[in-house]
Amino acid sequence: MSIKKFAVAVYDDEAVLFPAVKKVRGAGYKIHDVYTPFAVHGLDEALGEKESDLHIAGFIYGITGTCTALGFMGWIFTTDWPQNFGGKPNFPLPAFIPITFELTVLFAAVGMVLTFCYLNQIMPGVKKHIFDPRQTDDKFVLVIEVNDQNAAETEAFLKATGAEATNIQVAESDWWFGRFDKKEDYEIQQQLA
Amino acid sequence: MLNQEFKVPAKLKTTSLTLLGIGIVTLLAGLVFLLMKGDQMAQNRFWAVLLQNSIFFLLISLASVFILSATSLAQAGWIVSFRRIPESIGSVVWVFAIIVGVILMAIVWTNNTQIYRWLDPAYNPKNSLNALKNFFLSKSFFTFWTILTLALWGWFGVKLRALSIKQDSEPNGSTKVYWLNFNFSAGFIFVFALTLASTIPWLWIMSIDSHWFSTMFSWYTFASSFVSGMSMIMLWVLYMKRQGYLEIVSTEHIHDIGKFMFAFSIFWTYLWFSQFMLIWYANIPEETIYFQIRMHGPYRIFYWLNIILNFVAPILILMPRPNKRNYFVVTLVAIIILVGHWIDFYQMVMPTTVGENWHIGWFEIGILCGFIGLVMFLVSNKLTKAPLVPQNHPFLKETVIHIS
Repeated sequence: MSIKKFAVAVYDDEAVLFPAVKKVRGAGYKIHDVYTPFAVHGLDEALGEKESDLHIAGFIYGITGTCTALGFMGWIFTTDWPQNFGGKPNFPLPAFIPITFELTVLFAAVGMVLTFCYLNQIMPGVKKHIFDPRQTDDKFVLVIEVNDQNAAETEAFLKATGAEATNIQVAESDWWFGRFDKKEDYEIQQQLA
Repeated sequence: MLNQEFKVPAKLKTTSLTLLGIGIVTLLAGLVFLLMKGDQMAQNRFWAVLLQNSIFFLLISLASVFILSATSLAQAGWIVSFRRIPESIGSVVWVFAIIVGVILMAIVWTNNTQIYRWLDPAYNPKNSLNALKNFFLSKSFFTFWTILTLALWGWFGVKLRALSIKQDSEPNGSTKVYWLNFNFSAGFIFVFALTLASTIPWLWIMSIDSHWFSTMFSWYTFASSFVSGMSMIMLWVLYMKRQGYLEIVSTEHIHDIGKFMFAFSIFWTYLWFSQFMLIWYANIPEETIYFQIRMHGPYRIFYWLNIILNFVAPILILMPRPNKRNYFVVTLVAIIILVGHWIDFYQMVMPTTVGENWHIGWFEIGILCGFIGLVMFLVSNKLTKAPLVPQNHPFLKETVIHIS
């Protein structure tokens, strides 16, 4: 939990955003984040983001699901409560495959969604600062963390990259528990100031 | 400046003609040593091998026409960068159609009951219960439907290519031919659904075991041919790239074809397993007889090879993202898939025709070489006929900047 100062640039078009990202990174600024209304293809590479390890987590969840299904069914039908279904063996692998498949998918899907939420800090009741309300509608918002010395200079640089609007915001950089329909104290103070 | 004019390299030409030569020599040798001999099993081997190979190569070439139509209907941009390759493969479908037509007609009109048991009138009793099946498996319907299907497939393959080449000479930005192509693609999908995706595999392959039937069979054959077709497209794209052509095809496009190979290997397994599990679980003798010979009989090696080559290998090798973007790995998997599905077709055709006396010997390999040579020769010749990148295609820019 720390209140920081940010230079915010609002772009109108992804065609402007891409060269801007390139220029900002070329000039040596460290980008805090870019907010877009939709998934922009290639932006992760332009930002120099590393490939996420989410799919490795997904593979582990999937294998866990496979083992859970086979292990549990195997234990029930061979040890706990063996029954004879139509003369089939007690561990009929083909008959278990559909359930194993379903459990693999279920574990992988649910696990990956939860991991994704954890990595991106999104959950019901978790609130983050929104730099521009239109970042979920039709604007592309680029945010750089600044300090008191370089704030004005950074803002001017962002303006020169073709931003439609720029401003300096003091905001919480991390997440906190709260509600998006309610303003926090410091947000109200910020607006009054 | 893009390298648009493909010249067939001398090495490719010699290889393809050599393979084709091997195929023709094997066919002649087969005529003398298998067909002319009085031995029934040798004759069955001759016809079954020709049937399996010709249908396999026809269906994997046809997969190119299908992927072209499907992507045209979905208005997909990514395929445009290497569109000429499936187009070239699709435009030689008619050659394979003629070969399949000749072989099937030869089998049916010589009353070869060793291949198609239903040709024997005593085998399918005439009663009201089988009335529809007797109509479906009759010489006249078989001939009519086969020839109609083959003609339509060949025609659509040539037509889609002709339209794409017509687009080259249209003014820039014109979408007239594009929409024409869209409509013809829709027509092909309709024909495809009524033929390959339903009736044709029943007629040509499933009717070999004429008492056994499975409604999944056509879908399973379709998945088999489609995943091998994508692998063949992959091999051609990579070959052209290694020769210095197709500069606008990037790793992103290769990644996308790799995804198709990965996803449809799983799709094939899904269908194969759905067919297998219901029969295994219900355990009705007239159904399990199909798997008895394949799982526990002389064909069990192919049964396991089928699962290993067509499911375990592609899913494990292609699962990590970097592997789908590695040219060597995708080449390897494409070859594994093609071999695996050739074996899949082998175990569809052989158990009921040659039974225990299966071979993978000089005749099988020779005929396979012949068909490989034929594909290489025909497709490489087609590729020289038109620029390698479609000119004035509306999605050309989209395909160049494509990110998978």
